[in-house]
Amino acid sequence: MIAVLKHELRLYFHSLTAYVFGAFLLAFVGIGAMLYNIQAAVSNFEYVLSFGCLVFVVIVPILTMRVIAEERKQKTDQLLYALPITTTQVIVGKYLALLIVYLIPLCLICFYPLIFSKYGDVYLLTSYGSILAFFIMGAALIALGVFISSLTDNQGFAAGIGIAVILLNYYSVSLSEYISSTAFGSVVVIYVLILVLGVVIRHLTRNDTLAYGIGFALFAVTIVTYYLDSSKFEGLLPKIMTKLSLFERFYVFVNGVFDMTAVVYYITFAVFFLFLSVQSLEKRRYN
Amino acid sequence: MISVEHLTKCYGDFMAVEDLSFEIDEGHVYGFLGPNGAGKSTTMNIMTGCLSATAGHVRIDGHDIFEEPDKAKKLIGYLPEQPPLYMAETPVEYLRFVGEAKGLRGAELKAQIEDVIRQTKIEDVRNRRIQALSKGYRQRVGIAQALLGNPKVIVLDEPTVGLDPIQIIEIRALIKELGQNHTVIFSSHILSEVQTICDQILIIAKGKLVAFGEPQQLEKRLLAPNEIMITTDAGKEEVKILLSGVGHVTAAEIKETDGGLVTACLKTDHDDIYAVSRAVFEAFAANKLALLEMSLKKANLEDVFLELTESGGPDEKISEEEKKTK
Repeated sequence: MIAVLKHELRLYFHSLTAYVFGAFLLAFVGIGAMLYNIQAAVSNFEYVLSFGCLVFVVIVPILTMRVIAEERKQKTDQLLYALPITTTQVIVGKYLALLIVYLIPLCLICFYPLIFSKYGDVYLLTSYGSILAFFIMGAALIALGVFISSLTDNQGFAAGIGIAVILLNYYSVSLSEYISSTAFGSVVVIYVLILVLGVVIRHLTRNDTLAYGIGFALFAVTIVTYYLDSSKFEGLLPKIMTKLSLFERFYVFVNGVFDMTAVVYYITFAVFFLFLSVQSLEKRRYN
Repeated sequence: MISVEHLTKCYGDFMAVEDLSFEIDEGHVYGFLGPNGAGKSTTMNIMTGCLSATAGHVRIDGHDIFEEPDKAKKLIGYLPEQPPLYMAETPVEYLRFVGEAKGLRGAELKAQIEDVIRQTKIEDVRNRRIQALSKGYRQRVGIAQALLGNPKVIVLDEPTVGLDPIQIIEIRALIKELGQNHTVIFSSHILSEVQTICDQILIIAKGKLVAFGEPQQLEKRLLAPNEIMITTDAGKEEVKILLSGVGHVTAAEIKETDGGLVTACLKTDHDDIYAVSRAVFEAFAANKLALLEMSLKKANLEDVFLELTESGGPDEKISEEEKKTK
């Protein structure tokens, strides 16, 4: 694991990726700090972060697109399979390396509130609480990026999908207002989601029976629940979209509440996608 | 050392490897021979733990590659068909990563890296980026990677493909050298290569093992009797009587040519074909008949290879012959 971690870090600093990632993050947060803290003379650094988290839409996919896709393309994944290390060690090593690359610019950002506190009253506790939450949310998004990269051997494709998914997540709360909140509408969308899930399961396992089995079971559960109590589906979709939003949970920290449920949610999210990445890598051995 | 038992691998409906079983002993160089698409790479990938098997077992020194991958993989160094190199790194950085992943640390890691660099002769390019290296050097870096951790078995998948003739000779010499301290298994579809380097040959075709043994043994076991072609100006009957007196000539096909000469194709079961040709010569000389031309048609592994891989194995051939006789 340590070997993979060191190796990944070396690769990031050999290429431009780490520098581009750091530069983007610092530039965006810098612009935010200039607008809020300097020009508008607001003493809350957390507002800068709430503005700055939009940058994740671009920089996380840039950072994670090559992590597994490139190994596949260059066939270096064969080496990883042949070495006496487990797939979990590979994924965790890679993930930790990504977190370190992400932490470096964040450490610089940590100085901003201290500098601003020289010139006014800065709520340091909220500021640092938000920076911590900013880190954990980014870590969750990076795990998502790793998983997307593990699905393909094309970096560009991984980046594109990554941007689309994170953007959708970013706007999911505002979009949820336009989505049908009737019970029937929810059922239709749930059906579509089940179909997508079935396709993904089939792609990952190449097992028709399993995919159809899970698909039809979920279809049946949905339809039975709908006939028994259709009110359960009312407003379900917007609710789900709001719940799934990583960014919406972050704004709670910005408002000065250190929300432990959100932290648990982020960590679960990250672990879930890392687990899927391990499965996706392991699956290559079985196709 | 390595035992492969009833190994089967299917890709959907396609059988890449079918019920393959063989044993590999310590201290030999094994050549894995087969036409493209015969299942060589698949078998090697399974043996090194890169791929799962549909059925069957692979044991390295008693450790099952699927159940104890950690222990089994430490005994094997593998170079896949395309060397798994990180282009942005230098050979030294790359070897350090592989060494660490194989569990080497500190002074031992350094010493081993120096060792394999010397063995594969990549000192000159050790600090250049792999991207800038020639194919021959890349292959060497790939082999160096396989050697780290001093594994008992080295598995090389088509290590000479795509190299120029000089590089091929160098890599072959390197493989021979490795054979002194390791068990080496390497695959190839070039016969002469396997013939010169290996002391054991496995021929596989269409996912099945069709022959296994020493090169000379294989030639002996599987080849048609060696043939001697002669041309003479003696009469046809004369030649026939003469040849029937020569020992170890099992069959003779005698023909008259347009120019009034007689040619004969002799088959023999004797191991030393020169002894037979000498006897033929002496028989002609004793009768004061002239041998105008004599040539030996020594069958080689190439023939075995073509015969085996085209027919899909001796079993099938036999059954075809049986059909004909029926």
